[in-house]
Amino acid sequence: MDSLQTYLFISAILFSLGLYGVITRRNGIAVLMGIELILNSANINFIAFARFGGMNLSGQVFALFVIIMAAAEAAVALAIIINIFNNLQTVNIDEAQQLKL
Amino acid sequence: MSNLQSLSLYWPELILSGTILLAIIIDIFSESQQSKKVSNLVALGLMLTLIAVALTKHSPTTLFMDALAFDPFASFIKSIVIVATILIIVISRNSNEFEGYHTGEYYVLLAVMVFGMFLMASAIDLVMVYLSIEVVSIMSFILAGYLKENPRSNEASLKYVIYGAFSSGIMLYGLSIIFGLTGTTKFFEIKDAINALDGSANLALTLASVFVLAGFGYKISAVPFHFWTPDVYEGSPTPVTAYLSVAPKAAGFALMIRFFNQVFVDGASLSGMGWSSTVSFSWPQLLGIISVITMSMGNLIAIQQSSVKRMLAYSSIAHSGYMLMALPTISSEGVFATMIYLVMYLFMNLGAFFVLIYVVEKEGGETFEHFNGLGWRMPIVGFVMTIFMFSLTGLPPTVGFIGKFYLFAAVINAGPAFYWIAFFGALNTVVSLYYYMRVVKAMYFSGEPSDVIAVPSFSMTMIFLLLAIPSVFFGIYWVPVLGWVKDSLLLFSQVL
Repeated sequence: MDSLQTYLFISAILFSLGLYGVITRRNGIAVLMGIELILNSANINFIAFARFGGMNLSGQVFALFVIIMAAAEAAVALAIIINIFNNLQTVNIDEAQQLKL
Repeated sequence: MSNLQSLSLYWPELILSGTILLAIIIDIFSESQQSKKVSNLVALGLMLTLIAVALTKHSPTTLFMDALAFDPFASFIKSIVIVATILIIVISRNSNEFEGYHTGEYYVLLAVMVFGMFLMASAIDLVMVYLSIEVVSIMSFILAGYLKENPRSNEASLKYVIYGAFSSGIMLYGLSIIFGLTGTTKFFEIKDAINALDGSANLALTLASVFVLAGFGYKISAVPFHFWTPDVYEGSPTPVTAYLSVAPKAAGFALMIRFFNQVFVDGASLSGMGWSSTVSFSWPQLLGIISVITMSMGNLIAIQQSSVKRMLAYSSIAHSGYMLMALPTISSEGVFATMIYLVMYLFMNLGAFFVLIYVVEKEGGETFEHFNGLGWRMPIVGFVMTIFMFSLTGLPPTVGFIGKFYLFAAVINAGPAFYWIAFFGALNTVVSLYYYMRVVKAMYFSGEPSDVIAVPSFSMTMIFLLLAIPSVFFGIYWVPVLGWVKDSLLLFSQVL
């Protein structure tokens, strides 16, 4: 179980789940959760490659930066969704339809 | 260079960060709603930064243990970004869209975004690529939704944050695969590691490159990663729209040029011609196809728009396509043409958006009907808008023509394999004539000619002239731009 492939499989599954969530969910917060899954799948990749590839620490460092950026992004995204809720009383991204596609 | 030595070449960024911190502190203690003080301070700081960019001279090198490149190319992109930002600060102060909002943070956010774009212009490390794109994106999310009470602005920021976070997530996954294949995050080490790979990694490399392209494509709004562009551009405050259509695009192109020309190409120095791609995956063809689809899609949908703001949004997608045209040639001539186009595009696109800001303020709307008879009612505004529309189409004697001329020349000189891109580019220019001229037609041939002539305020007239005069002048005598771009066409490269 303790091999690079296991981790890559898990990360690929997480990535696909995140992709599926972003595409199918209509609730703004659920879409954000899908994006978090995608970011974390990349993190697992970085750590796994750094751990098993016999590489230097740059993989771990990269993952740390990604965690920080993901937190900042989530903060801004949630603020925007709260703002939408205050104005439109919904967090459903399909109901925000004033601008035509 | 080591960290301490790097600081001596890092003056522009240091001045900029000082400005940002000072602006935040002043904003906290300022009482007024429309923070003129903060905007003055940020504009002053940016001018000092511009001077520092111009004065910091050194042979190309790397900063902070190979995280950033210091070269004339980065300085060139930084100058474009600063000029665009200063113009946007001036127009934001003259726009009434922010009435009732506290605008201190607005200028601070613009300055932080400039910092992010500085990093984008010089990133040569995957960590820095991701960080800089995210810094710029997060600031743009906030700026797009700056009008908190306005549902359209809210919706723009929601769509932006979802598309933006999604594309950067996909790009990050691609970066992680590249890291896994090569074991390093530095561009030049990646290049060597890719050269050493055997054929079995081709699929993974292709997949990773396409994922990374999704992140870059989103930043420069290339089809099929453009879906956010029209809605975000339409819903955002118009000064922010104008900014997003110029500055982050320039930085995105810089990042893209650096990534593709330094990671996937042998002989990454821009000294000579005749480079070749080192990877089996045919990314020049892919970029060519994306370029053609981007310009066609942008132009064909722009025709159908009734709102000028939305039309300009699609037109900016089309212009991304034109600029992408020269990248697949893998030659210094292609990079050269793209850089010239970025300068020309700055004047004409900002000009068109500034006229739109003025018309929205005076006429109360942004559809073609609001432009009816404008040329007779406001002769100056009508005249400069005509110049910008001619320029965006690419008609001589405007800067748009010169920019397009160099792009087409680069594509055709690259050989028969690229003629099809030039063919579609020419076809698209003809299509774009229709909707740009529609604005001119509305201004001069529709509506009632009126006897009352309105003249914009002195400051607005100056801004219009500041953009309209270079739009014509550089179309007739473009040697200064040419010389500047030629001097800047030197990317840092490393021979290991």
